[in-house]
Amino acid sequence: MDWSKNLIEEYELNSGIDIANETRKVSYTVAVREALDYALAEDESIFVMGQGVDDPSGMFGITLDLDKKYGSHRVFDTPLSENALTGIAIGASLTGMRPVYMHNRPDFLLMAMDQIVNHASKWSYMFGGHISVPIVIHATVGRGWGGAAQHTQTLQGLFMHVPGLHLVMPSTPFDAKGLILSAIADNNPTIIIEHRWLYRQSGHVPEGPYAIPFGRGVVRRIGKDVTIVAISYMVVEAMQAAEELSAEGINVEIIDPRTLKPLDEEIILQSVQKTGRLIIADTGWKTGGVGAEIAAMVAEKGFEYLKAPVKRVASLDIPTPACYVLEDRFYAGKANIVSCCKEILSVNTY
Amino acid sequence: MTDSVEFESSMMSVPDKTLLGLYWTMLRIRKVQLKIAEHYHEDEMHTPVHLCIGQEAIAAGVCANLRTEDYVFSNHRGHGHYLAKGGDLNALIAELHNKEKGCSRGRGGSMHLIDTSVGLLGSSSIVGGGVPIATGAALGAVLRKSDQVSVAFLGDAATEEGIVFESISFAVLKQLPVIFVCENNFYAVYTPLNKRQSHDDIYRHFEGLSIPCFRVDGNNVLETYSIAQEAIERARSGDGPSFLECRTYRMTDHHGGESGVEVGYRTQAEVDHWSAKCPVECYERFLIEKRVLSFEDVKVVGDQIDSEIESAFEYARSSPLPDGDGVLRYVMAE
Ligand SMILES: Cc1ncc(C[n+]2csc(CCOP(=O)(O)OP(=O)(O)O)c2C)c(N)n1
Ligand SMILES: [Mg+2]
Repeated sequence: MDWSKNLIEEYELNSGIDIANETRKVSYTVAVREALDYALAEDESIFVMGQGVDDPSGMFGITLDLDKKYGSHRVFDTPLSENALTGIAIGASLTGMRPVYMHNRPDFLLMAMDQIVNHASKWSYMFGGHISVPIVIHATVGRGWGGAAQHTQTLQGLFMHVPGLHLVMPSTPFDAKGLILSAIADNNPTIIIEHRWLYRQSGHVPEGPYAIPFGRGVVRRIGKDVTIVAISYMVVEAMQAAEELSAEGINVEIIDPRTLKPLDEEIILQSVQKTGRLIIADTGWKTGGVGAEIAAMVAEKGFEYLKAPVKRVASLDIPTPACYVLEDRFYAGKANIVSCCKEILSVNTY
Repeated sequence: MTDSVEFESSMMSVPDKTLLGLYWTMLRIRKVQLKIAEHYHEDEMHTPVHLCIGQEAIAAGVCANLRTEDYVFSNHRGHGHYLAKGGDLNALIAELHNKEKGCSRGRGGSMHLIDTSVGLLGSSSIVGGGVPIATGAALGAVLRKSDQVSVAFLGDAATEEGIVFESISFAVLKQLPVIFVCENNFYAVYTPLNKRQSHDDIYRHFEGLSIPCFRVDGNNVLETYSIAQEAIERARSGDGPSFLECRTYRMTDHHGGESGVEVGYRTQAEVDHWSAKCPVECYERFLIEKRVLSFEDVKVVGDQIDSEIESAFEYARSSPLPDGDGVLRYVMAE
C-alpha cells in the first residue's frame, strides 16, 4: 500500500526515528491501539476481527472503542471457530482486503494451524506468486495467576519453522506501533506475538504514523563481554540482568531482533564478533525453539567468533504449571540470565 | 435413483444457447480428462491427478450461472471447476506437465490451480481447507460492497471436517453470498460414505444452521444448473448462502485413470450402474432428441475440442520447465 511504503521509505531516509528527542510517553496498549486506529482510518480495505475486539474492555485496551469509531462492519466480534475464521481472513485478503485477526492467546492459534500453515503460508508459492495473502494474525501471550498449560504458551518456535510467514515480536511500545503498521502494510501473512507483561510498559511513541521495517533488529544496550539476543518480554529481563551485571563490571550487549522472520542475522553476528559470547534468551521452550535456531545460525555463519559454547535461557521443556512455586521454576528470567552470563564468561576456549 | 437422467422438468426456461453451452463445457471437461488419463502412464505429468470423469455436470451447471468476476474455490479434484469457470486450458495442461508456463508456474501441480483473471483464486488439497477461504472471499465482496458471489466446491468427505461446519455457520450468521457445492460421489479414496457417516443425506447435516439445503441429481446438468441458479441469485441479492448436495459418482479411481474396480473397493456392477447415468452421454442424447443438437453438431464440436486439447498438450510439452535457480521465488510476495 502506498501510505505504508512511504512510511518505510521515510524511515529509511532518517535511518531511524529520533526517539531520544521524542517526549510523548504512552503505554504499550495505547501504542498498539494507535497503530490499528491509524490503519483503519487510512485504508478502507483494513478490518479488525477477533473474539471480543468490540467488548467493553477492548481486548486489554488494544482495540478499545475502535468499533464505535469505524463501525461494526470493520471491527467485529467473531465466533470461536478459529480455524475457519483464519481461512475466512485469508479468503477476504485474496479479494483485496487486509484483515487483522486478533487473539487473546497464542494457544488458540493451534486450532488454526491448518489455515495458517497449510494455507496462508503457502498460497503465494503454491500458485506461483499469482496471488498473496496480506493478513495479520495478532496474539498476546499470557503469564501468571495460574494461567497454566493452555493459556500461557509462547509458540514462536512453531511459527519460525514455517516458510512463508513473517513473525514479529515487538518488545517496546515504539516497536509495537511501528511493526504493526508494517505488518498491516505487508503483502504476506504476518504473525505478531506480543506479551501480556509488556502491556504494563510505557515508552516514547511518536503521535504520527511510522513503520519499522522487518528484519531490522536493534541494540538495546551496548556492551563488550557477552551478547544476549533477547526475544519479546525477555528483553525486559535481560535489561535488568545487565544492570546487575554491570555493578560487577560485566558489560553485556543486548540485541532485540524484533522480527524473528525475517531475522536480522547481521546485527547478531556483528555483536558476537565483538563479544565472542552468545546467550539467547527466549520466552518459549528450549528444545527446537528460537534459541536453537539462532544458535545454529551463529554456528554456521560466525563459528570463528565464538570464544565459548552458545547458551540458551528458556522455559523448562514442560507444560506450564499453575502453582506459583512451580511456575517460578518454569519461567526463566533475570536470575537465569545473570548466572548464565557468569558461566559463559568462565569458559575460555581459545 | 432411476437408471437414466430425467432432464425434461428442468429444461423449461433454459435458452438453447445455454443448453448448448452446458453441453460444450461438459464435453470439454470430459475430453480433457480422457486425454490426461490416456497419457498419464507416460510419466510426463509428475503430479497426482484426481480426475472428475462422471462429475462434469456439477462444475458445468454451477459455473454457467457465474460471472467472470465471481469467485470459485476448488479442491484436489479441480480440473472441471477450473475449466467450467473459464480457466486457461493451455495453462492447465502446462501445469500438469510441471512447466513454468503452467497456471501456477509449475509450483502447484494438478491440485493447485489458479486463474485470477476469471475469479479462480486457488484450490486446496487439504480436504475442507478451501471452504473457509471461499467464505472469506464472499465476506470480502460484502465489505467492498460488490455483488460478486463465491462458490466453494467440496467433496462428501469434506463435510466430515469441522472447518466446513464452522464456515457454513459463519456464512449464515453474516448472510454471505457463498454457495457451498458438495459433490457427493459416495467415496473418500477407497472408503465408502456408509463407513464414514451415519446417513447419506449430506444436505441434512446443515439444515439446523438455517441455511437453505438442497439435494440435487449431480448427474443432471439441467437440474444442477437451475438449482444453482436460484442459489446464486439469492446470494447475489443479499439473501445469503445455500448448500447443495449434488449426488454423483466418479467413473475413474480416486487418483489416476484406472476404474478402481481392480483395486477391489467397488464392483463393476456399481460402476456400470452409474455409467448408465453418464452426465455427458445422457445429456447429449436428450439434446439430440429435443433437436437442440444434431449428430453433425456432435461431431463438429467434438473435433473442435479435440484439436484444442491436442494443441494444449503440444504447448505444454514444448514449453520449458522452471529454472531450478528460481526455487526460492514466490515464497514471499513483494
Ligand atoms: C485433511 C485431509 N485429510 C486427508 C486427506 C487425504 N485425502 C485426499 S483426497 C481424500 C478424499 C476426499 O474425499 P471427498 O472429499 O469426498 O472428495 P473426492 O476425492 O471424493 O472428490 C482424502 C481422504 C487430505 N487431503 N486432507
Ligand atoms: Mg467423495
